[in-house]
Amino acid sequence: MSQTLFKDETPEIDQQIRQELITRFLAFMDDESVLREDEDLFPYESDGLAVYRQKPPLVVLPETIEQVQQILKICHELKVPVVARGAGTGLSGGALPLKNGIVLGMAKFNKILDINTQSRTAVVQPGVRNLAISEAVSDFNLYYAPDPSSQIVCTIGGNVAENSGGVHCLKYGMTVHNVLQVTAVTIEGELITLGGTADTQGYDLLGLIHGSEGMLAVTVEIVVKLLPKPNSTKLLMAAFNSVDVAGDTVAEIIANGIIPAGLEMMDKPAIVAAEAFAKCGYPTDVEALFLCELDGTDEEVQEQLQQVESLVRKNNATVVHIARDEEERMQLWKGRKSAFPAVGRLSPDYYCIDGTIPRRHLSRVLQQMNIWSEEYGLRIANVFHAGDGNLHPLILFDANIDGELERTEELGAKILELCVEVGGTITGEHGVGMEKINQMCVQFDNDEITQFHAIKNAFDPDTLLNPGKAIPTLNRCAEYGALHVHHGELPHPDIERF
Amino acid sequence: MNHSTNHHDISEALQAQVSRAAASKEKLNIKGGNSKAFLGLINPDAAVLDVSQHTGTISHEPTELVITARAGTRLEDIKQTLKAHYQTLAFEPPAYGHDATIGGTIACALAGPAKPYFGGARDYILGCTVLTGHGQILKFGGEVMKNVAGYDVSRLMTGAMGTLGVLLDVSLKVLPATSHTTTLISNATAEEAIEQLQALGGMGLPVTASAWHNNKMYTRLAGSAGTVAAAAEKLPGSESNEPEFWLQLREHTLPFFTRPESRPESLWRISVPALTPPLSIAGEWLYDWAGMQRWLVSSADANDVRNACSAVGGNATLFRADKNMMQSTDIFQPLPVPLMKLHRRLKQEFDPEGVFNYQRLFPEF
Repeated sequence: MSQTLFKDETPEIDQQIRQELITRFLAFMDDESVLREDEDLFPYESDGLAVYRQKPPLVVLPETIEQVQQILKICHELKVPVVARGAGTGLSGGALPLKNGIVLGMAKFNKILDINTQSRTAVVQPGVRNLAISEAVSDFNLYYAPDPSSQIVCTIGGNVAENSGGVHCLKYGMTVHNVLQVTAVTIEGELITLGGTADTQGYDLLGLIHGSEGMLAVTVEIVVKLLPKPNSTKLLMAAFNSVDVAGDTVAEIIANGIIPAGLEMMDKPAIVAAEAFAKCGYPTDVEALFLCELDGTDEEVQEQLQQVESLVRKNNATVVHIARDEEERMQLWKGRKSAFPAVGRLSPDYYCIDGTIPRRHLSRVLQQMNIWSEEYGLRIANVFHAGDGNLHPLILFDANIDGELERTEELGAKILELCVEVGGTITGEHGVGMEKINQMCVQFDNDEITQFHAIKNAFDPDTLLNPGKAIPTLNRCAEYGALHVHHGELPHPDIERF
Repeated sequence: MNHSTNHHDISEALQAQVSRAAASKEKLNIKGGNSKAFLGLINPDAAVLDVSQHTGTISHEPTELVITARAGTRLEDIKQTLKAHYQTLAFEPPAYGHDATIGGTIACALAGPAKPYFGGARDYILGCTVLTGHGQILKFGGEVMKNVAGYDVSRLMTGAMGTLGVLLDVSLKVLPATSHTTTLISNATAEEAIEQLQALGGMGLPVTASAWHNNKMYTRLAGSAGTVAAAAEKLPGSESNEPEFWLQLREHTLPFFTRPESRPESLWRISVPALTPPLSIAGEWLYDWAGMQRWLVSSADANDVRNACSAVGGNATLFRADKNMMQSTDIFQPLPVPLMKLHRRLKQEFDPEGVFNYQRLFPEF
């Protein structure tokens, strides 16, 4: 386990309280739904960020909303922390268990309750897999737009908690733009409905619960918006001898009034790795490559495809290729979508960063990363949601080499702080969780962090829902004491930094 | 990067006024261009916090699809800045007056006819700077499309009617403007329109607005010339000769909305789920948003209107009415008890002294 970032200083759960929880939970749940033996608990010790581990003292697996209400009421009464969990694919340690709290596993809430093809909505339970929604409505020519790369396994409840994105965000938005209503249970056990299928009044609590990382309420039912499948979809691949030119070309496409459905860029190390892994037809003798997907009506797609093609040719793309058919389109996407495992083959371990930057600073950020990469002796491969500025640098390392994980974390932290410095954010779609909690102190000042705690206080005054995640304590920020770049104000603005 | 020349940063003065008000437990009505003063109750005893002089576009980065402007910047000026780059605010916010500001636009979160197809104000807010009731100036979100660091305070502020804090500046996602539009008109009853307008949205056509009034159904198509022409061929109806229809619908300048002051009827904004059948409340109806936003001119009893809306999972806002009606009726539909509890607690956390816009949104605070 990494010691540099994650130190769980909470005490172990009181054994008497643990026993009382078991007894009271068993009064309304069957034996298999209250996990308490080590062998049953170990699978829950981490989420998708497996470098952080903590065996939970207890895991409960309710299957009705009433059970969730009862569990939360009991935990509220006994002041026991609760970590809600979907499929455990989160990449920031948001579902990392606590020594003194229970894990509330939502896996049994796995049913699609209703599909309305006329209103184009679906009512789903939080444990339904993201992709399962699109599969269930595919025959009706509909789909659910947000597509995080873990969509085969990740759950919609987790997507709400993290406000998950994917490769189609620029045009179709993130989870918050595609969910109409969330039914949730508060720590007091009260059932609340946020948002609705009509335009609702009052504060946008639906917006607030998205990305709240399980810290405000526990989601038990979700109404999602379904979209008609586009009539036409085309994919253009363009390769360049310079990352800068590729980035400039992306800006030109958007300046020309085109909003691609997907616009994904990779640098050379990522291209080479993806091609070796997926054999998808990427040129490997180039510095940068992007995939530009256009969708809409036949006429619209045809017009925009011509515009994009002439732009990339004008900018001297070395390779321009339009997928001939659906099979080739999927093949070209396969390379991008397998970039993570592909990079994983190059190195025993990799660490994925999730910063977002204003796109105009891409080349500055990449150059600085190259300098640090050499300084730290750690290779970096870059995949980039170029349309929306979300960077995923993958730092390659070997956890078995003494100190390498710590150096990787340090490099990752520097990259995130650079993202903030150029006007971006430490996390575009993976969440803060446990992983980026120190960098929150860089992005926000003490008053802002205090206001975040105030929001939590409105929902959860005893701080029982996923405590310690996402929002750092002021003490923690004081300890971190990093080079504080805030609101673009640098400590020494006169020093040239790039 | 483009900078507006009309720059006035009065955030320090605003902050000082709020701090003084909080210290003396004084109430303040936040005012921008005063174009939406009719919406919600205005406390006559409160002093005014005038944000209209806090102006200027701080940045507009066309290739990043982002604009950041001080809250007092006029909506009209923002639109002009965007228009120069063939860009637009896709949620088509109504101005209801020449002086509408971008701060008021986000605080009220009203959206025009494009809402069902492009989303509302909350779908375009990326970040904001807020002056809270503690007298603190805080920054949330940012200027990038994807940002999940910290709670989404920017969305919380959108539509809060200024009750949680004063917006000082906002960053919004913008979209390319469409080059061509056409509107098709066909005859339809209310029932037919509700069904057909909803179905249109599922056909993958470039529909960007849909309405119904007086047994006529209006559908707007937008995109490139070729796209619009091809889509128009697939749909029934003849091309409209009312080019200003959508603008007039958005700005409430259609004859439906412009009644003599002397008439006693109220204007209700009724929001219902998709495919809700016509409601049996007496009055004149105009449907927007594929039938999900319905305007009702009626002298029906407020409770009857609210009950009919609640029964179908909708809600009603008393949009314009005479003074007596406004003062004797909840302007916004009351919330369920557990939700109101959370609203009250959030209000407490952002504005503990209750400085801002007392009772503008709900009578409770």
